[in-house]
Amino acid sequence: MVLATLAFLIALVPLLSILYQTIANGYSALNIDFFTQITPPIGGAGGGIINAIEGSLVMVGIASLIGIPIGLFTGAYLYEYPGRLANNLRLVGEVLTGVPSIVTGIVVYVVIVATLHHFSALSGGIALSFMMIPIVAISTHESLKLVPSSIKEGGLALGVSRPKTLIYILVSTAKSGIVTGIAISVARIMGETAPLLFTALGNQFMMNSIYDPAESMTVLIYDYGTSPYPTAHAFAWGAALILLLLVLGLNMVVRVASRLKPTTPI
Amino acid sequence: MQTQVENTRARQRARRPDFLHTILIVTAFAIPVIATLCLYALINGSLDSLQAFGFGFLTSSQWIPNPPNGGPPILGALPAMYGSVVTTAIALLFAVPISLGIALFQSELAPRKLRLPSIFLVELLAAVPSVVYGLWGILFLVPFMSNYVDPGLLGSLGFLPIFQGETNGLGMLTAGVILAIMIIPYGAAVMREVVTAVPRAQREACIALGGTKWETMRMAVIPYASTGIIAAVVLAMGRAIGETMAVTMVIGNVARITPSLFVPAETIPSVIANEFTEVAGNGVYLAALFELALILFAIAFVMNLIGRLLITRLAFHGKVSHNV
Repeated sequence: MVLATLAFLIALVPLLSILYQTIANGYSALNIDFFTQITPPIGGAGGGIINAIEGSLVMVGIASLIGIPIGLFTGAYLYEYPGRLANNLRLVGEVLTGVPSIVTGIVVYVVIVATLHHFSALSGGIALSFMMIPIVAISTHESLKLVPSSIKEGGLALGVSRPKTLIYILVSTAKSGIVTGIAISVARIMGETAPLLFTALGNQFMMNSIYDPAESMTVLIYDYGTSPYPTAHAFAWGAALILLLLVLGLNMVVRVASRLKPTTPI
Repeated sequence: MQTQVENTRARQRARRPDFLHTILIVTAFAIPVIATLCLYALINGSLDSLQAFGFGFLTSSQWIPNPPNGGPPILGALPAMYGSVVTTAIALLFAVPISLGIALFQSELAPRKLRLPSIFLVELLAAVPSVVYGLWGILFLVPFMSNYVDPGLLGSLGFLPIFQGETNGLGMLTAGVILAIMIIPYGAAVMREVVTAVPRAQREACIALGGTKWETMRMAVIPYASTGIIAAVVLAMGRAIGETMAVTMVIGNVARITPSLFVPAETIPSVIANEFTEVAGNGVYLAALFELALILFAIAFVMNLIGRLLITRLAFHGKVSHNV
């Protein structure tokens, strides 16, 4: 019993260490320029990460535009038409959530980047959407399954059509679970790096359109963090602090709003 | 008359194409489409390499993309596979007992008020992006390992071949430790769901026989949940093998096979992350990276399939609600 408690406390050590290191090292990198200027060359002084913030937000936006509706509809299908097909689709979806994100990056490189002949924010967003679809589908399916069947049957018994029952009764009852799932999937893809390496590449300047290569906070952390220059390290810590604030902040808000109810591990 | 009209209406409604069904099933096919795209792109991309190296790719330990004599590249996947296996093994060594401990703490031991907050904290650990683990790894954990842990192991267990050689913090041991930290929350969450699903009666029977809390866990809960716990380990293994960024940042990226855990090495995903953008029009070299990705995809796919099927089988027998 002591061992089990100890195991829990051991797991908290890296969490606290990561939070402490990121805040302590990242805080000093923050200033007005950090949020308004584009990135300096690696090792250079001054500048900011506005292009990386722009790239991350644009790509997460593209991924959400594609991934949320498809994921939602897929989750609704799994719930609404149970059977052998739905079971198999769900199994493949679950297996897809375990496919390494670097593989997703390579696949989108072949399908989109090699076809269009250039790296772009669009292909980065599509790579992220590939990761998002199964996550949103499974969490939506889980949330819908929690709705008592009596509520659904009540709607159908009153002569409400199936689509209307689904939209006005089921989805609106399961709303908070579905929203939590979506928010957590957005937080997840915001922190993804590997799918962007070969799709969005990186960009030292602001984008003109979504067909341009895009910088992102995660790729910036990787490039600057693995360089030998201390000034670049400070930059990476600063970006990591902003990224952690966004990702953990989003997680905390939705989890606290749902009263810390545990979510399906995906 | 009235009923006749209504019957006709009902029949018409039944014959009308079900728009809801059509829309939902078309979108739901996004999932098999993505899976097929993955297979197609990876196999198509690795054709050159499959042709050039055949099965030798899996057994050759040479990785020379640009031979000095200008000959064709000599490429084998063994160093990367070796690194993946060793780092994953180290990660599981630490992560399995700790995850199980966390799962038991959260489901059996924690006071009611601490249960949800403790789950929340572990979920936060899972939410930290991989590249932030990597940054923490390279700028904090690597110096920490090289200053304290590695010299300590060298001094006390240095007679073992796995703890010999130069230590600069970059290597398989550090990668394994960071992987362990990253898969603990996932393993713990799946194990918690499995352990929570053990019926009350199972526990009460053991308590009624005079079992202590520890005996109940050891003799009633863990054996009952064993299949699910194995499934959780397999799923966590799949995660560890595919983890890219954090490992790439701390493993040092050198293609070689040595028993020492201290020296720089590489894993399948770290090779891809490192070298993919550097390949310039080199057909076989690029194809070899695709083949590595294909191997990785196959391993992760099989691991996840086994893990999921084990859990689904449990669900079928009514042990676990089908939501892990």
